This record gives sequence, C-alpha cells and structure tokens, in this order.
Amino acid sequence: MNSAKERLVNGIVKENPTFVLMLGMCPTLAVTTSAVNGLGMGLTTMAVLALSNVFISLLRNIIPDKVRIPAFIVIIASFVTVVELLLQGYIPFLYDSLGLYIPLIVVNCIILGRAEAYAYKNPVLPSLFDGIGMGLGFSVALTCIGAVRELLGAGEIFGIRVMPESFVPVSIFIMAPGAFFVLAILTAIQNKVKINGEKKGKDMSKIQSGCGNDCMNCSDTGCAHGLYGEKAGGTSGGQMKEGEKNG
Amino acid sequence: MVKDLLVILIASSLVNNVVLSQFLGLCPFLGVSKKTDTATGMGVAVIFVITLASAVAGAIYQYILKPLDITYLQTIVFILVIAALVQFVEMFLKKFIPALYQSLGVYLPLITTNCAVLGVALTNVQKDYGILTGIVNGFATAVGFTISIVILAGIREKLKYNDIPESFQGMPIVLVTAGLMAIAFCGFSGLL
Repeated sequence: MNSAKERLVNGIVKENPTFVLMLGMCPTLAVTTSAVNGLGMGLTTMAVLALSNVFISLLRNIIPDKVRIPAFIVIIASFVTVVELLLQGYIPFLYDSLGLYIPLIVVNCIILGRAEAYAYKNPVLPSLFDGIGMGLGFSVALTCIGAVRELLGAGEIFGIRVMPESFVPVSIFIMAPGAFFVLAILTAIQNKVKINGEKKGKDMSKIQSGCGNDCMNCSDTGCAHGLYGEKAGGTSGGQMKEGEKNG
Repeated sequence: MVKDLLVILIASSLVNNVVLSQFLGLCPFLGVSKKTDTATGMGVAVIFVITLASAVAGAIYQYILKPLDITYLQTIVFILVIAALVQFVEMFLKKFIPALYQSLGVYLPLITTNCAVLGVALTNVQKDYGILTGIVNGFATAVGFTISIVILAGIREKLKYNDIPESFQGMPIVLVTAGLMAIAFCGFSGLL
C-alpha cells in the first residue's frame, strides 16, 4: 500500500489544494466563518471527490476523449446531489449553514481538476486514495482558516471559548471582508515562502500564486490547462510561473 | 409588484453583492480585472449570460422539473443547461452577430463553469422566485458583479504604480483591495 500512503501525503502536504495549488477559492472564502463549517465543507467535498474519482477511474476506458468534460460534470453533479440529500436527511444543521455552497461543489475546480489530471489516467485504488488525500488536504486547510477566523472574530474555536474575557472579538473577521484579508495574508505568506525558496535555488514552480490563474483556466477548459500549466500565466496577475507541473 | 422587483434589484446588485459578500464568481473577479476595458467586457458578457440562464433555468424548473416532481435533479440539470446554453450563445453570436462576438466572444467560454451563474439559478429556486422575478434577480446580480469588477480593475490600474512590499505583490494586494471594497459595500446594508 505504498502508493496509497504516497497519494495521501501528496494531497495533504505536497500538493495541498488550498495552500499550494490555490484551487477552489470560492467555497474556501465563503464557508470558513467557523472551524465547524470549514470542517463540514471539507469533508463533504472529500466524499464527493473520492466517489467521483473512483467512478471516473472505473469508466476511464469507456468515456470518449472528446466528451470527457461533460461526462465528468454529470458524474460529479450526481454525487453532489446524493451527498446533498444525505446531509439534508442526517446532518440538517450543516445543511442549513452551508446552504447554497453544497450544490456549488459541482463547480469546485479541485474536483474537476483531479478527475482530469489523475483519475482519468490511473487505476481505481490510487484514484480513491488521491481523492481522499486531496479531500483531507482541503479539509485541513478549511478547518485551519475557519479556526483562525473564528478565533479572531468570535474568540472561540469549535464553539468553545478560548480567549480571555477581556478579549474584544474583531467581528469583521467572521464577516465577508475578513475572508479577503485572511486569504490575502495567506497568499502573502505563500509568496514569501516561494521567494525564499527560489533564493535558495529550490524548484518552487509547483506553488501557484493566487487563485486567478488556476480558476481562469479552470473555467476555460475544465482545469486541465491550469493543472498542466499549458496556458499558465496567460491571463492573470501576480508573478505566475510558467508552471511546469504535472498533475 | 414593481416595488418588489425594485427591492430585489437593489438588494441583489448592491446589498448582497455577488462577489463581495457571497464570494461567487471570484475567479473571473480576480483573473480578468487587470484592465478596465476587459473588465467591462467580462461584466457585459456576464450580464448577458446570467440573465439568459436565469430565464432558461427558471422556465425548465417551473414547467419541467416541478410538474414531473423531480426537483431534486436541479443541480445536474442546471449545470448541463448552463454549459449547453453558453456553447449555444457562442455559436449563435459567431454566426449571426459577429460584431458582438468580436467583443464578447473571448469571455464566453470563461463563464461556462462560473459559479455565479449556477449560484443565481439555484438561489432563484431556493427563494421560490417566479420566472420574471428570477430574471430580474439574475440581471441585478450580474450588474452587481459588473460594478465590482470594474471598480477593482480601476483600482488595480492605479495600483501598478505603487511601491508594494515584495511578498504582497500580485494576488495578496488585490485581495486586500477586495477586502476594503467589501467593507465599503457593507455600507449598503442599511439601504433596505
């Protein structure tokens, strides 16, 4: 099971979808008002990602190359519907707090990206672990961002008060503008790591700066280009590298 | 009736701005906002597609999904309808209105999986809007998107000449700008 472990580590650390690849920013910003919401969204996405990866991998020899993107979307949308109905039935509080963002998992770049870059080319078992690894990476990232925002904005983590009584919550952090500021700091740290790494002569091309790049390509041709770097650095700002990445 | 529509118009375009308070359509918002004229082009294309998509999605929901009692299929149906619609609009414009295609064509494929389009279609259903109300809501949401992307592009054009700390260059400073814009848009919440 060596490759399974490798896939998990790859998803959580090396190619963390949020911190390294900067994919799927819309839900990242929208639902991370608290750690619980972040975790819920992360796990929901993980379920969809693992299931769709398995299915796409199973069907990879049947789906014609030309219509693969619509086929992926139908598979993903079906699983999103299944997961949505399950949440509505069994975890109603999460269903209420995530609301509109559950069906919007369909257009999350991470899922289509993994389908195109990994599941469509690899056997079932590695694809399953790839999905779980990426999903866990996404969950960890969302929970961390949610915890930071909740800590600053409400003085709590997972609903438990951790800050002293004298702490006055900076409530802007759980409101919409706070999401942009937290992500700004996050991308700045990422830039810093990248600049330092390049000074030491390491290959940092894997790290994307900012989400514009990936998502733009994502909407263009269903993530493929963003992940393969064929068109990277074309349309958006930042110091985009001509990413020589292989999914 | 007219008053209700007016309230939806203001609420969806300014108060609950689609990008700055709901985080939908964030990707084109950050990706295509380098210049004001491309931002305007993108904005117009989004207005066109979202208005059309809310009309089509609304009609399909009211006349097909609801009578057949299969509303749980809405996510799958909407995403396919939107993808097909964008393709169709692109082909239609290319063939019949080449001038418009010249100016909007490049933005159309970018909108296919834009979450704002699907988001509006789903919101219309969630809030139980009729077809007309849905179209107004879609139009207003898209106008809100256009307003915010054009403002951001204007700020980014000025931003180029500023001395920004090394690690904040590129995306981080744009996100800080977007955050400040979001604070400004919070001011509209007292409007209704």
